[in-house]
Amino acid sequence: MTTTPTKEAATASVAADLQDERLLQAHGVGGRFRAELSRIRTGDLGSLPVAVGLVVIWIVFQSLNSNFLSPNNLVNLLLQSAAIGTIAVGIVLVLLLGEIDLSVGSVSGVAAAVLAVGFVNKGWPLGVAILLAVLAGTVIGLFYGVLYTRFGVPSFVITLAGLLGFLGLQLWVLGKDGSINIDFNSWIVRFCQQMFVSPAVSYGIVVVVALVYAGAALQRRRQRSVAGLSAMSLAEIVVRSALLAVVLGVVVWYLNSGEGRDKGRGIGYMVVLFVAIVVVMNLVLRRSRWGRSVYAVGGNEEAARRAGIKVNRVYVTVFALCSTFAAVGGVLAAGRLASANQASGGADTNLNAIAAAVIGGTSLFGGRGSAYSALLGILVIQSISSGLSLLSLDSSVRYMITGAVLLIAVIVDSISRRSRQSAGRA
Amino acid sequence: MTQTTEAPAAATTKQSPVLSLRGITKRFGAVQALTDIDLDVYEGEVVALVGDNGAGKSTLVKVMAGVHPQDEGTITFDGRTVHIGSPAESRDLGIATVFQDLALCDNLDVVANLFLGHEKTTGGTLDEVGMEKESWELLRQLSAKIPSVRIAVASLSGGQRQTVAIARSLLGDPKVVILDEPTAALGVAQTAEVLNLVERLRDRGHGVILISHNMADVQAVADRVVVLRLGRNNGEFTIADTSYEDIIAAITGATDNAVTKRAASKLTVQVEALEDAPADSAAAAPAAQDEASTEGENR
Repeated sequence: MTTTPTKEAATASVAADLQDERLLQAHGVGGRFRAELSRIRTGDLGSLPVAVGLVVIWIVFQSLNSNFLSPNNLVNLLLQSAAIGTIAVGIVLVLLLGEIDLSVGSVSGVAAAVLAVGFVNKGWPLGVAILLAVLAGTVIGLFYGVLYTRFGVPSFVITLAGLLGFLGLQLWVLGKDGSINIDFNSWIVRFCQQMFVSPAVSYGIVVVVALVYAGAALQRRRQRSVAGLSAMSLAEIVVRSALLAVVLGVVVWYLNSGEGRDKGRGIGYMVVLFVAIVVVMNLVLRRSRWGRSVYAVGGNEEAARRAGIKVNRVYVTVFALCSTFAAVGGVLAAGRLASANQASGGADTNLNAIAAAVIGGTSLFGGRGSAYSALLGILVIQSISSGLSLLSLDSSVRYMITGAVLLIAVIVDSISRRSRQSAGRA
Repeated sequence: MTQTTEAPAAATTKQSPVLSLRGITKRFGAVQALTDIDLDVYEGEVVALVGDNGAGKSTLVKVMAGVHPQDEGTITFDGRTVHIGSPAESRDLGIATVFQDLALCDNLDVVANLFLGHEKTTGGTLDEVGMEKESWELLRQLSAKIPSVRIAVASLSGGQRQTVAIARSLLGDPKVVILDEPTAALGVAQTAEVLNLVERLRDRGHGVILISHNMADVQAVADRVVVLRLGRNNGEFTIADTSYEDIIAAITGATDNAVTKRAASKLTVQVEALEDAPADSAAAAPAAQDEASTEGENR
């Protein structure tokens, strides 16, 4: 009886979402830290395993070859990541639905072929050629989406057929020559090979990003306190924004610090495009109704349908976006190689893109993952590839090591899922 | 209980039903799941839909929810003949359904599940703050005990999940709420809470269709009982003047049987005899029920 008034007095000053007495409260920096620790211990790992993995890989290769972490090598590593990373963003989307697209390599090859044939052989303006190459991907994705929703054929089989079919289309578009070189002075090749953001502009971008982050956090804080909900403290917002600015600033400074032949090289525009795609897709997935419906369909398709979500539309748009990103990746790869040939999008493009999404932490079973996993995953894969080529080891070793890393990523995912379930965080 | 249920039952005879099904038929391949089903729901009443396993209750719910449109028959909503071809159409009409298997997305948090399919947006982006605030208001109205609305639904208990599912159905202020086995997996206190919730829905003027296997729940809150058997209508009762036995007989099909017919006629004689005593008929009614149930056990 005596406790009731004090409890009421206490709840009056507590935000609406923190009133339940069973909720574990995290106060101050220490509480925050303990909450994070318990989150990780119960299997809610987020992107921690891949971040740890990346650090380990970098330490190992740096100790084997001191050039590995040189600005020059990292600049190259980022440029090599952009094309397949863009394809991996599309893979993340289909994996969120619990589906798969095995044909992204072939689709990127088709886009490269359309770009090269249109721009070089037919003499189309570059913009038109790029647009048509990307649209070819969109059309292929729409085709997959319609096949999937109309006939209910598993996406695994549809895209396996696509893998073969569109490889054929790529060869047919390329014609007898089989290899078309794109002019080194054309915009697309310069964009992918030689255009780097100047240091001043890079630092400007860093400042803008940090300010936008802080502004968004402040606005959210204001809205939440108006609505009577708990909000991030001002100090935390300042610390987080400052940390973001410092980390990005150091990265930009280091990448721009190349000496000699590499002077003037830093962050390529292609890399900026890739990172921008990742950030925008993450925002769209987290903050739009469409993104929410993607997670819902991936989590429980029947529940999504009953909630009134147009499930078929979600499938069609996701397949279309995936193939579109594959085509964008194909265009970037063609620009970086300055050519399109029969091997464009072949070999390990497919598997690297899918492996990147999974290594980055997107679940194979749908409903769990983020666009950032494409970025983190491709960094892991390219780091391995770059490190091994610095050690002059050939691709046989690279394939085996990448395979082992993929296996570890999937095992970590399974273990953390089990641990989440037993800790009630599934 | 007798007094409270008589008032709305009398009122319903005057107004027209808000949702009315006529001659609903549904086939799945060679199986005739529903044959010629009629059902009326009035505002501010609780209709219990009962029947054995395979009677077609869940199929009928899915017809009304737009999950499986009917093959034949008409649906009238608010006096207009309507076609419910999808869950979205059903919801837009003002029919909210809480499914037996809950239909929640385990990977999403409580707020996302509550607003799934009709999220609030500001300037094209999700209005997370507004939705979180409204979630707390709604859950508090239902006196729901959910510690945080930002945890994944997978980590909630069965009762908490049921509360989320029912709360979700109320967001669009529907005219008809369909609850498919809402108390099936719940504990004693949580069942009582859900039943309170059902009564609160009725008092707010919603028409409620309650599907349940639990006759105690049905008798506690329903105004009318519609019995389905093997995909057909098999009787309609007003709770106020129906015994537990009659409903069970209709559910199991025992009414077609000579023995039960004889038992039933004996029973009516007894009830009439009891009602002849004018002084305390309200007290006598449960007594008649008790007698009927003991007789059922003897048989």
